[in-house]
Amino acid sequence: MKTETDLTNVNVNMARRSFLRYAGAGVAGIGLLSAASSCHKDHNVAPTADVTDVGSGDIGILNFAYALEQLEAAFYLQVIATPYSSMPSIELAYLTDIRDHEVCHREFFKAALSTSAIKGLTPDFSKIDFTSRTAVLGAAKAFEDLGVTAYDGIAYNIQNAAYLSIAGSIVSVEARHAALIGNLITQGNFVSSDQIDANGLNISNKPSVVLAGANVYLKTKVSANSFS
Amino acid sequence: MNLFSIVEEIEKIDPEFNDRISPRRDAIKNITSFGSKVAVAAIPFALGNLFKKAYGQSASASVISVLNFALTLEILEASFYNNGINASGLVTDTSYITQIQSDENKHVAFLTSAISAAGGTPVTASDFVYLDFTGGSGSMDGPFSGVFTNYQTFLAVAETFEDTGVRAYKGQAPNLLGNQTYLTAALDIHAVEARHASAIRYLRSTKYGATVLPWITSTSGSNDISGAASNDTGIAAVNANYGGATPENTATQGNVDILTLPSATQTTTTVSVATAAFDEPLTMAEVLAILVPAFTKPIG
Repeated sequence: MKTETDLTNVNVNMARRSFLRYAGAGVAGIGLLSAASSCHKDHNVAPTADVTDVGSGDIGILNFAYALEQLEAAFYLQVIATPYSSMPSIELAYLTDIRDHEVCHREFFKAALSTSAIKGLTPDFSKIDFTSRTAVLGAAKAFEDLGVTAYDGIAYNIQNAAYLSIAGSIVSVEARHAALIGNLITQGNFVSSDQIDANGLNISNKPSVVLAGANVYLKTKVSANSFS
Repeated sequence: MNLFSIVEEIEKIDPEFNDRISPRRDAIKNITSFGSKVAVAAIPFALGNLFKKAYGQSASASVISVLNFALTLEILEASFYNNGINASGLVTDTSYITQIQSDENKHVAFLTSAISAAGGTPVTASDFVYLDFTGGSGSMDGPFSGVFTNYQTFLAVAETFEDTGVRAYKGQAPNLLGNQTYLTAALDIHAVEARHASAIRYLRSTKYGATVLPWITSTSGSNDISGAASNDTGIAAVNANYGGATPENTATQGNVDILTLPSATQTTTTVSVATAAFDEPLTMAEVLAILVPAFTKPIG
């Protein structure tokens, strides 16, 4: 088991190391979780080589977020690389900004997690017609809405206040994106009725629900077995 | 949500739970029968009420104080939009403003119920000496004196309120750490405020020529507590709403220097992207200092 002294001997980026030290978390947790989940006899599912589990604890939550940000970044990189026909300049500017934010989120989690990060995921966007404005904005809205419900749904599991603050700092930007995309699709539809409840609260989703949605667009499937 | 498994889990920890909660147990069993009339999000609070009756306990004073702080902001926002909609000829983008008005009034109702259910005393509009949306400390003739006659001023104040609301909820999240019911509810409202902020910014930009984006974009990445580097609204009077101990132009997140990260096209990240990709919190004290006494004053 690594001690803090051991950690300081590892030649990694100082910023990354001190970030992880917030939680006193290490790489060991992920291995422990894999071992534990394989003991569940009643869940007799053969381990699939192409399923990546995010792990447990705060590191698992950060990896869950990292997985979603990888997916969003990959999507917008494709949107800007192959813009739909006659994309208005204002939409190009907005979607480029969003691409840059999502890449920024992805790179942030990658740097922060360092050696605890899950691998790079391979997206599968074969169901999205990138030449169609309707298809692209529809998918963008789905990704942004899903992202908001994901952060809100998993947040109460976060044990470290600094991580919770960062999740909060990202989720409101995702909500800003979601509202913009809603407005681009239909003016004034920045709080769509399927994303809000009767009390005026944004809905939130459990990780299993979020990943069921995300995995449709991932060749590398992701699970979050320690978060029910 | 499986209510019955929750009850079973409690029984494992507290074998007398059944006795304590009886005859309320029937109420739990019957919850599905009125489910169609009760909003899903209201159920945790209905259940919370049952727990409170069963155990004679309530939410902690600190949780109640966070909820009342949130309610204070929501009363301000709801009153602001109610006044705007009632001001003859002011609002032209009705679909936008009525959506936000409706959401803010729902937040007031929701938080009022939640605080009562948790055993607290919710603040009400009568707990304020004044609400002065001109920012005039009760004179009703402050820097935003045209707020309900000049639509552009109204939108500018709306933008500031929404951005500040987002920051205020974010700042309270750590005070609700691990609290499934209240943290989740607070973040769910937080997301709706961010949607509003995005929409008001979009309106101002696309219809009225303001140079704002749906996200707060700063001009400098070195912490500016005054807020000047982050206040992209074009109104210097609200600089403080974008500043604070963790200002909106913060470019270091969790000890990671965002400016050094690779971007989509470069080996580094620009200030505008690094600052817009993350929103920052305001503390309760900071928020109150921004609002009191310019916009409101509590009794006592």
